Amino acid sequence: MGTVILLTLTGLGLAALYFLVASGLSLVFGLADVLNFAHGLFLGVGAYATWWAAANLPGAGSDGFGFVLAVVFGVAAGTLVAVLVELVLIRPLYSRTIEQVLVTVGLSLAGVALLQATWGADARPFPRPDWTRQVTGILGAQVPNGGLLLIIAAVLVLGALLAFLRWTRYGLVIRAGVENREMVTALGIDVRKAFTLVFAIGGAAAALAGALGGVYFGTVSPGQGGSLLIFAFIVVVIGGMGSVVGSAYAAVAVGLLQQFVNYYGPSGLGDVCVVGLLAVVLLLRPQGIAGKVATA
Amino acid sequence: MTEVKSPEVPAPPAAVPAELTPERGRWHRVRPFLPLVALVLAVIVPYSTLPLPGIFEGPLNSPGTLQVLAVCLVFGGLAAGYDLLFGRTGMLSFGHALYFAAGVYGTDILVTKAGLPLWQAALLTVTGGTILAALLGAVALRTVGIAFAMVTLAFAQVGAILVARDFGGFTGGEEGLPLDVSGLPAGLVGVTNTVNLYWLALAYLALVVFVVHRVSSSPTGRVLAGLRDDERRIGVLGLDPYRYKLVAFTLAGGLAAAGGGVYCLIVGGASPHITSSELTLSMLVMVVLGGPGTRWGPVLGGVLYMYLDHRLTAFGSSDAVESLPAVLSRPLSQPLFVLGTLFILAVYFFPGGLASLTSRLTLLRRSLLPPSRR
Repeated sequence: MGTVILLTLTGLGLAALYFLVASGLSLVFGLADVLNFAHGLFLGVGAYATWWAAANLPGAGSDGFGFVLAVVFGVAAGTLVAVLVELVLIRPLYSRTIEQVLVTVGLSLAGVALLQATWGADARPFPRPDWTRQVTGILGAQVPNGGLLLIIAAVLVLGALLAFLRWTRYGLVIRAGVENREMVTALGIDVRKAFTLVFAIGGAAAALAGALGGVYFGTVSPGQGGSLLIFAFIVVVIGGMGSVVGSAYAAVAVGLLQQFVNYYGPSGLGDVCVVGLLAVVLLLRPQGIAGKVATA
Repeated sequence: MTEVKSPEVPAPPAAVPAELTPERGRWHRVRPFLPLVALVLAVIVPYSTLPLPGIFEGPLNSPGTLQVLAVCLVFGGLAAGYDLLFGRTGMLSFGHALYFAAGVYGTDILVTKAGLPLWQAALLTVTGGTILAALLGAVALRTVGIAFAMVTLAFAQVGAILVARDFGGFTGGEEGLPLDVSGLPAGLVGVTNTVNLYWLALAYLALVVFVVHRVSSSPTGRVLAGLRDDERRIGVLGLDPYRYKLVAFTLAGGLAAAGGGVYCLIVGGASPHITSSELTLSMLVMVVLGGPGTRWGPVLGGVLYMYLDHRLTAFGSSDAVESLPAVLSRPLSQPLFVLGTLFILAVYFFPGGLASLTSRLTLLRRSLLPPSRR
């Protein structure tokens, strides 16, 4: 029983990480039709900025309020990079989908290489508060606190995103834009402002995932974002493009499946099963669990 | 409301676009034979002892240089095969590295673990890679556009996981699998025989270019071009887009698997980095840098990309770069940073890639010449 609960909670921790990356990807794709390969870069920037801030920023540290400050700095850095990428690189290629994808591909290659050039290819130990290294006993299972922190953060982000999308004017514009972008434009609303906003939200969520993922794994390395990104893509496709709630469901399904199969089967089989799930969903329901039809 | 007309502006005469008028230059007659000349030159390269300081480390026929050239040629062929998907059919596949890796690992495992002779291993590998591409393509092609890209990416990721986790002890996991050369033909083994591997790579490149050229000039190729430009219209004409796309996908997968076999012989083994999604992304970079949908663009792009990837590593550790301030020298020592930046610039400023360079230069020359000489 304890094992099942432990696996469930660590699976949910993984799901939280996937959700943080996938929610931004899904919104960006749903609204702007940009498949953002540079999303892993935002994650890397968030992780490295938090790591840097904990050691160098006055007032920030690896414990208590200082750590919160470091994470805030990391998220701000990720947001800033995301906004800059949208304004400088994506916006001039408005509505040329393939070129936008190509630019984000180039950016992901160059950006990761830049991180590697600056801080080296090896994983660095991540500064984390002492309590995240400990475990909490829940129903007989010893659950690492870092995973619980991720779950709480993801639930908060999910709640905040849904509230934002439901009750604010910009949320309305974004929801309408995912549904039918031409109509929103025709009504005289500058939908490109919403693009920037969505990039900022996605960048912030990915940077948070980077920072908290660093806490969870205990290290930070340039390639981290890339490997997470592929599973985030799978989550986006399963959940349905442009649907935050769909991403949340899909993230939970993928995280739990991966964790359980990897534990009970040979290591790595869980990752294969996730792709199998993707194939099944695509064959039975190409538009994903929720959201619009998954076409370009 | 009356229309206001400006009387003094006559309509400009309808000009025939430059690309429609056949060029009557010196090159006009030689042009069809240029590929043949290039091929002959490439064949006789190993007989030259010409040293090219700054470009290659040794003389042209030194084994090191020939191996670099062979790898470049294989990737030229690989990029040309990938262009069959991306440039000619408009399919954005992010999983092409899978079929290449299937070729590399298939050949390696069949020769090293199963002890088959090379020709049987190669035949089985190419067949297997083609079947794999057909099966996975049949599933992936149920989606279109960006979703297709993501699905192919996911399939390729499974390949990467299978190789890295080493199920059944076939692939050697993270360390890769060195090729067992004892069963290979003697002409393909050893440093002195690098020249044969070079010719093999050249033959592969020529084969891919020939196949892609034949396919794209056939009726099927016209349907593929139609799919790229307007898929719905092809459907309206009564042709099944799914089948044609599957044909292109399978063919490209088979060509990539064959390239994998050649690559395996050249580098003498398999390593897990060839299964990474980064390799597919670099294939995309090669094609876009070279010029998608053209005959020679992807080949040039692939050769140049691999050459730069190789040389930039040496360039990054050279004295000229080391002496720069750290802000500049560190990024410059990362080949992927330079290539990624180059790629972004190419997307912005050279949408047609290297292949469009000649027509761009022609335009430039014409506009610079005085009008009387045009």
